[in-house]
Amino acid sequence: MTLLEIKDLNKYFKKGKEKNHVLNDINLDVKKGEFVTIIGPSGCGKSTLLKAIAGLDNEYSGDIYLEDEIVTGTSRNQGFIFQEPRLFPWHTVEKNIAGNFSLKNPEIQQHVEKLIKLVRLDGYNKAFPKELSGGMAQRVAIARALLRNPKILLLDEPFGALDAFTRSHMQEALLYIWEEEKTSMVFVTHDIDEAVYLANKVVIMSARPGIIQKTISIDLPFPRKKTSTSFQELRTLVLNEFEKVEEFEGTYAEI
Amino acid sequence: MENRGVIALEKINTGKKSTVRKTKETSHTGKLIKGIIFPVFLLVIWELAGLYGWVSDILLPRPSTIFVSFIDLLLTGNLLGHLEISLWRALGGFLIGGGLGLLLGLFVGFNKNMEQTLDPTLQMIRTIPHLAVIPLFILWFGFGETSKILLIAKGAFFPLYVNTFLGIRGVDSKLYAVAKVLKFSKWKQITLLILPAALPNILLGVRLSLGAAWLGLVAAELMGSSEGIGYLIMDARQFSQTSIVFVGIIIFAIFGKLSDSLVRYFERKLLKWQDNFQG
Repeated sequence: MTLLEIKDLNKYFKKGKEKNHVLNDINLDVKKGEFVTIIGPSGCGKSTLLKAIAGLDNEYSGDIYLEDEIVTGTSRNQGFIFQEPRLFPWHTVEKNIAGNFSLKNPEIQQHVEKLIKLVRLDGYNKAFPKELSGGMAQRVAIARALLRNPKILLLDEPFGALDAFTRSHMQEALLYIWEEEKTSMVFVTHDIDEAVYLANKVVIMSARPGIIQKTISIDLPFPRKKTSTSFQELRTLVLNEFEKVEEFEGTYAEI
Repeated sequence: MENRGVIALEKINTGKKSTVRKTKETSHTGKLIKGIIFPVFLLVIWELAGLYGWVSDILLPRPSTIFVSFIDLLLTGNLLGHLEISLWRALGGFLIGGGLGLLLGLFVGFNKNMEQTLDPTLQMIRTIPHLAVIPLFILWFGFGETSKILLIAKGAFFPLYVNTFLGIRGVDSKLYAVAKVLKFSKWKQITLLILPAALPNILLGVRLSLGAAWLGLVAAELMGSSEGIGYLIMDARQFSQTSIVFVGIIIFAIFGKLSDSLVRYFERKLLKWQDNFQG
């Protein structure tokens, strides 16, 4: 069942008289419960596409449907994780997760408690963001998004600022959350391993104008092993596509 | 796999926490001693200088002489009465000026139109020195309490106004984006995001406003009054009672410091979430 449908999406950035075609005829479907990663060189418009899905950016032509309803702005249906955790430093972990909901409401309190357990931060309810490591803070941000019961979770290079170890643990954590909550995910990254490791479907984009170069299904069962031959084969497949994009980029730059 | 990683992360974290606590505990009495050493040293030098006649007793009375004057004033000179009057003036002026400053700072901070209409005028008034408006205030309101309290209020208004405005405009736009994604209502944006973010600036404004109120108080009481610590100083000057001048100055210093410490106490309580360089 299709959850998210993007139809003929075009977007331009205007810079003086110059018109930069950032997104060119993007068509993309995300099924319910599907994990889609979007990968591409910087400037390919992958983050712009994600912001359009989130409703943070409405200046585009074409349509985005979420459960057959057209997206016009931000809503609780679209959870968004930024590259940085962006927690409110003056609120404790539990208040950050609750946000505009009152913790005095027992239902919210229970949900927050459940999510803190889900992201494995038991005992950190009353901690302030300054007491958390980068990975922990990002997990709070994920819990905060999940509290709104989003139909789809949009993640904009969420682990880009983390070190390799923490990043690997966060990938495990995200897959665990995905299996538990069955929320559909659209995950933007520039890390090929990460893209293949997490996804049911990898979308490869190229830049100037931003188009979808290729979509590759990753039909490997979970849990996956990054060292297995089948994983490496798929990784090579994605890498080859990605290199085509990069080459194209290179020749473009020379012109 | 993941479990282990999480536990490892938590270990690193709790380790850091405990070391921070330890340094805080050991430095508490140390901080007090460090703060006291320098003034005590000065007092001893001062007393000795007076005792051996290195400086004139009329120009710079010894600390012990000042202390005797203080006791004397306390018992026979109605020191507490003067102090009470001064405190009321400072408090009244601070509440009126600071309150208005906070209110206008909020209005102007939240509203671009308000800023364009009001801010240029207020900034112009801000640059007018205290001493320049004293004659005007005396002409308008006489030598009574009104002119004094208004003068103090004028001083207390601007630090809070400017800092509240800056605090509101300094909110991180990245956190605004979060509020937008999470669908915060306008009201929740103000109470959960803007006001907490502006609080460090607002409290700084309160501290500066209190300082300005003390400054205004001295100016107001020196311009002519028959009560108050400022009057005590002026009166003592006329009779060359230097030790009483010192008593007045020290009382200003002590109450200035006390009011500042009170605000800093609230700062520590309300801003414990801050993660700043501790020196």
